[in-house]
Amino acid sequence: MSFDTQKYTGTLTVSELPEGGIWTEPGSSLMRKTGDWKTLKPVWDKNKCISCMTCWAYCPDSCIKTEKVLNEKTGKEDVKNAGIDLTHCKGCGICAAVCPPKIAAITMEKAR
Amino acid sequence: MATLKELAAREEKFVGGHTSCAGCGYPNIFRLTLAAIKEPVAVVGATGCCEVNTSIFPYTSWKVPFLHNAFENSAATCSGVEAAYQSMVKSGKIKDENFRFIAFGGDGGTYDIGLQSLSGAMERGHDMLYICYDNGAYMNTGIQRSGATPRYANTTTAPVGKVNPGKSQKKKDLAKIMVGHNVPYVAQTIAGNWKDLTNKVEKAMSIRGPKFIVVLATCPLGWVTKSQDTVKLTQMAVDCCFWPLYEVENGKYKINYDPKDKKIPVADWLKLQGRFKHLFKAGNENLLAEIQTEVDQDWENLKALCDFHSKQGVV
Amino acid sequence: MTAVTEVKQLTVARTGNEAMAEAMRQINPDVVAAYPITPATEIAQIFSSFVADGLVNTDMVTVESEHSALSATLGAAAAGARAMTATSSQGLMLMAEIMPIVAALRLPIVMPEVNRAISGPINIHCDHSDTMFCRDAGWIQIFSENAQEAYDNVLQAIKIAENPQVHLPALVTTDGFIISHGMETIKILPDDDAREYIGAYKANYSLLNHEKPITVGSIDLQNYYFEHRIPVIEAMQAAKSIIKQVGKDFGEKYGRAYDLIEKYRTDDAEAAIICLGSTAGTAKDVVDALRTKGQKVGLIKIRVFRPFPVEDLTAALSTLKAVAVFDRSDSLNGYGGPVFTEVCSALFNSAQKPKIINYIYGLGGRDIDVHQIEAVYNRLNSIKDSKDVGDIVSYLGVRK
Repeated sequence: MSFDTQKYTGTLTVSELPEGGIWTEPGSSLMRKTGDWKTLKPVWDKNKCISCMTCWAYCPDSCIKTEKVLNEKTGKEDVKNAGIDLTHCKGCGICAAVCPPKIAAITMEKAR
Repeated sequence: MATLKELAAREEKFVGGHTSCAGCGYPNIFRLTLAAIKEPVAVVGATGCCEVNTSIFPYTSWKVPFLHNAFENSAATCSGVEAAYQSMVKSGKIKDENFRFIAFGGDGGTYDIGLQSLSGAMERGHDMLYICYDNGAYMNTGIQRSGATPRYANTTTAPVGKVNPGKSQKKKDLAKIMVGHNVPYVAQTIAGNWKDLTNKVEKAMSIRGPKFIVVLATCPLGWVTKSQDTVKLTQMAVDCCFWPLYEVENGKYKINYDPKDKKIPVADWLKLQGRFKHLFKAGNENLLAEIQTEVDQDWENLKALCDFHSKQGVV
Repeated sequence: MTAVTEVKQLTVARTGNEAMAEAMRQINPDVVAAYPITPATEIAQIFSSFVADGLVNTDMVTVESEHSALSATLGAAAAGARAMTATSSQGLMLMAEIMPIVAALRLPIVMPEVNRAISGPINIHCDHSDTMFCRDAGWIQIFSENAQEAYDNVLQAIKIAENPQVHLPALVTTDGFIISHGMETIKILPDDDAREYIGAYKANYSLLNHEKPITVGSIDLQNYYFEHRIPVIEAMQAAKSIIKQVGKDFGEKYGRAYDLIEKYRTDDAEAAIICLGSTAGTAKDVVDALRTKGQKVGLIKIRVFRPFPVEDLTAALSTLKAVAVFDRSDSLNGYGGPVFTEVCSALFNSAQKPKIINYIYGLGGRDIDVHQIEAVYNRLNSIKDSKDVGDIVSYLGVRK
């Protein structure tokens, strides 16, 4: 998804705005880098992760990235965890908390 | 019912970059709800945290059509959207795309100021799903008590003081109020159980007419909880039977999860929350006991209702 | 009457409410959401019978309050539908929260509205306090003098509100009971002509496009609210010329022309009354009677209160010596009624302006008769050349 950065400088004029205050670029909040907020950051261990996707289900900021892969066993399309979008992650720690204890693929570390 | 992998394979229709607090409990309700619906969907949101955080102009977290009108009227507004769709499909002005309609509000916008609008829309039979994300207070304006605030919780308008132990009244039972509207589907769930939540959304989508789901959601700010505990906290609310998972289909009650011997004391859930901190001071044991008695009684009543309906041969 | 009427119109007997419901039937909106309130109840009630008989394609949403009525109407309009509602008094006040949102979202909702006093005390009869209460909500406000105008105004309001230069909601008012329940002989367009006149509606945007999903009703912070208010302000300014054009076209097509204001025998007048709504009809009779006695009196009817016709009024008032502004409500500002203060404000920078006094009258349906109006003209004649106008604000027909 790409957005025109010029539209997100907070300086659009009256004539540049769509009528009725509507906005026509769905998902534009991705232009806001909420990743700046965090004091802790999740560190994901690709080798430990079993792609159960529990972290995906509970991330409030839609930061668990996914990739579609072919499951060799079943021959069907599968989804794998593809890491964490730290640009938007606020460091809440939910992903680490819901990761199955026996797997523990995500740990929280100091962000800076 | 979709598996988690199937849900995760779908395009995110509610994206990040919104301004809810770290560890906020409601966003994944909308992520999961939209993931669970395959049809085209339009969302109407009430004023509150969710609307304010997800649509600060020109930023929007919605990748589906989204309309915010005001605080108390998301149900009425959604009913107008739905009526417009039905009318224009019928007159051939637009094609039938099996559009689905969702209205949502927080507990303030649903239990309290929006209850009349919700009641009207449900009674009129619009083909829509209303989802209440219930975090038990007016969190957006700064943790004021609502009709959904549990007894003895500390809020800024029913604060714990020298003579008052927080909110003195019991939480309103919204699901039962909605059952009283004779709508085909009412359910109670939590944000911390993706399966129960998406199953209920899918089930609601399979039914024509008005549907209602109330979802308990943690507010780390208002509950005074750790952000990483957000999911666990709503799960514990189920395990202590403060917030049972149940559904009511055509008036028949059904419990979706009975913790049985894994039922935990309410105090285990309460003590993780700063809003109930005062209950654990010496001398307040009676207040804790009162809450436990109330929760137990409500749970027994719910089980009795479900038993009654299951004995009628309806599962 | 400037043009020859080419369209053969139907002459029918209708009350104001029936006339407005008839216009709604011909408009055939996609959605109507309404809640009953005296004296506007009949509008939606009669319309419901059109729905029941299959005379319209409308989805009728019988809501549980006026707040929900306008909320649902807003939702329908945001979904790209032509949507209408109707109300009065307390109902309008309950809608008040949603009215500016409709304007800001630029949804051209047309709402027939019957002027009725606001509580308290509760009163079901005519005054303009309800409509005036909502005067700054961003809705065009068109006042009707009689049932004929009510019908004509509802049709024209659609053309005005839906004009791309306007895209604002519009209220079309009648006076409670006086017009709403008074039977008159009116002319209505044949259905085919009315439908052709109204035309198909093309919404500026719609929620019902899942391929290009839009966000409607965003929250603005300090950096955008002002920029989003300006287009609403400019649309209200632009509406003046559109209203004039629509009124002129209507006259050319159907023989009844309309403008922002109506000047009645003001060409050589020295004294005039300014009023809105049904009182204009009564006052015109008084003007005619006084004219036969040689008095140079006239009347100015403000048909459109929002946008406020500043230019037309200042021009019309420049040749007059004394004017009495009739207000059927009081601003409770300690200084008269809303029409009075706006007229005074419009004239402040004019070099040529008359003496102005204000009469608050007819609150809660208190009748106004020709004798009272004649007495006001007599007073205007006595003050037009004197230095002292006496009391600036007076209350007509009240027992003190």
